[in-house]
Amino acid sequence: MTATPHSPAVEALGLTKIYGSGNTEVVGMKNVSLRLARGEVVALLGPSGAGKSTFLTAIGLINPPTAGRIIIGGEPVMDGPRALVDVRAFRRRHLGFVFQKANLIPFLSAAENVAVALEINDTPPRAARLRAMELLDYLGVADRANNLPDALSGGQQQRVAVARALANQPSLILADEPTAALDSHRGRQVMELFRKVAHERGAAVIVVTHDHRSLDVFDRIYEMEDGELRPATNQQ
Amino acid sequence: MNLAAKDIRHNLGRFALTAVGIGLLLMTVLGMSGIYRGMIDDALVVVDRIGADLWVVQRGTRGPFAEISRVSASLEHRLRAVPGVADARSFVSHNVQREHHGQPLRMNVHGLAWPEDNGAWVTLTAGRPLGQAHYEMIADATLGLALGEKLVLGKDTYTVVGVAKGMVSSSGDGIAFFTTLDALAIQFDLSGEAIRLERAARVQRAVGRDIGQVQPLLLERGAGLASGIPALGPPMVSAITVRVVDGVDPDGVAATIAAWPDVSVHTRDGQEQLLVHGMIDKARLQIGLFRTLLVIISTIIMALILYTLTLDKIHDIAMLKLMGARNTMIVGLILQQALLLGALGYGIAWAVGGWVFPRFPRRVLIAPEDLWGLAVVVAFISVLASLLGIWKAMRVEPNRVLS
Repeated sequence: MTATPHSPAVEALGLTKIYGSGNTEVVGMKNVSLRLARGEVVALLGPSGAGKSTFLTAIGLINPPTAGRIIIGGEPVMDGPRALVDVRAFRRRHLGFVFQKANLIPFLSAAENVAVALEINDTPPRAARLRAMELLDYLGVADRANNLPDALSGGQQQRVAVARALANQPSLILADEPTAALDSHRGRQVMELFRKVAHERGAAVIVVTHDHRSLDVFDRIYEMEDGELRPATNQQ
Repeated sequence: MNLAAKDIRHNLGRFALTAVGIGLLLMTVLGMSGIYRGMIDDALVVVDRIGADLWVVQRGTRGPFAEISRVSASLEHRLRAVPGVADARSFVSHNVQREHHGQPLRMNVHGLAWPEDNGAWVTLTAGRPLGQAHYEMIADATLGLALGEKLVLGKDTYTVVGVAKGMVSSSGDGIAFFTTLDALAIQFDLSGEAIRLERAARVQRAVGRDIGQVQPLLLERGAGLASGIPALGPPMVSAITVRVVDGVDPDGVAATIAAWPDVSVHTRDGQEQLLVHGMIDKARLQIGLFRTLLVIISTIIMALILYTLTLDKIHDIAMLKLMGARNTMIVGLILQQALLLGALGYGIAWAVGGWVFPRFPRRVLIAPEDLWGLAVVVAFISVLASLLGIWKAMRVEPNRVLS
């Protein structure tokens, strides 16, 4: 299967994840299916242990599902636990990640943190630096480009993390509670940023969040409970 | 982007301190090589400088450097008569320890066959070679004796007329050059009472034997000077050095002398081999083992440091993997740091060693091959030490970022 302009950004079909076996068997995710178009921003809600992170790591090709299929950008990438592509190379080209903590590399400046993602994807250093500066400018932190993460506020760090996630123009951005460490104002700014990025750059974005105050920025909202995914009702 | 360099820049203080520690360890390794090489050089300096082709020593012994050797001083006259021998000289060498200005002064007393040999071959930094048959000496600078200084040895006072450089014995003691007669006088110096007792004992020995009865004159001589009874006390020296005529094969002359039943003969190469493989062989093994231990310790320390540095970055490595970084990038990060740590340590070892080694009490001789050899060893142990960190980094899963 090859990607077409009309292909969905991501399709998850019947994803199931079972941890352990026998008496210790735990079902982390049960027959989860989801289809996202390019430019779509989706929120994923749910209590701790509901399976949100399991779904995110499965679709992020970090933690393979026990069963089900994952198709990203029209390309089948996982069939059950079996990878159909070089997952590391695929992550490099097609996926972007943002976490609760910015997880910036502490010995690299803001610009270098973004540029390293590009260089990993074989962008020449000079071009990587220029592109990193463009992204930091786009996200409003260009003036902190040469600062180490320690010298940035939480919100600035998270913007740099978003810039890093965007660096290789991924078709899918996965964000796991990206605003948990931010105040409500900065949290909303980051959520709006995801919406802007998705709409302007054509990436699909899945955000796991507990922050109910910013749910209006999302195109669709889902909730997970006991490993099952369903559209949320009356969240706003 | 060079991640290794960026990380080092961020942790410069810790990295620099680590490099200094590794550098000092490597300096010790380098010093061990230098000490061994210095020992060899010191051991061979006299054999090399004297320029003798053959060493004639007491039968069955390995020469004056390996063990006690006693041959008659008159042997040199016999050797001069051997075809192909250009010159034969007495060799006297022994250690003495005296007190000088309240400090112990240990020296190797070396006899020069005056007047043929006045020590002109000794490298002098001040003064002149020996100018008379008695009471003058040339002292190596390590003995701390100044030009013109006087030193009492036995019953005589000797004046330092020359200061030499780099003339030390295989045991590391500075060499003092005297004429052979003075060297023997220092060696066999006895107190007046000891001489009187020996004379009395000598007479008693003669009385107790037939010869004392049939040669009463011996009893009279026995109570006098030892030189008055040469048959009883021929002067003994450590060895006789022989120089052969130009163009004559030393091995041929050695074969002639080796046929004599009272002496053994060693060529210059043979004497050097005896020194290197006999006398300082155990020291070589000891230093070699110690050096190996230090290399192993350096490797372990480097490995632990690199492992710790890797553990500190484990979250960042997981993030890089999550972003899709290739293993070569992760391995490069650790390996480059290991090699840089090794290179810095090597540089520090070289620089600090160059300053410290000349201040050591014994000579530390660093040869270019030692420096090259250590560079190869450092490169090897750097790679080896990085393996533990690389192993850890390779096992890190990207989902560690989520923890």
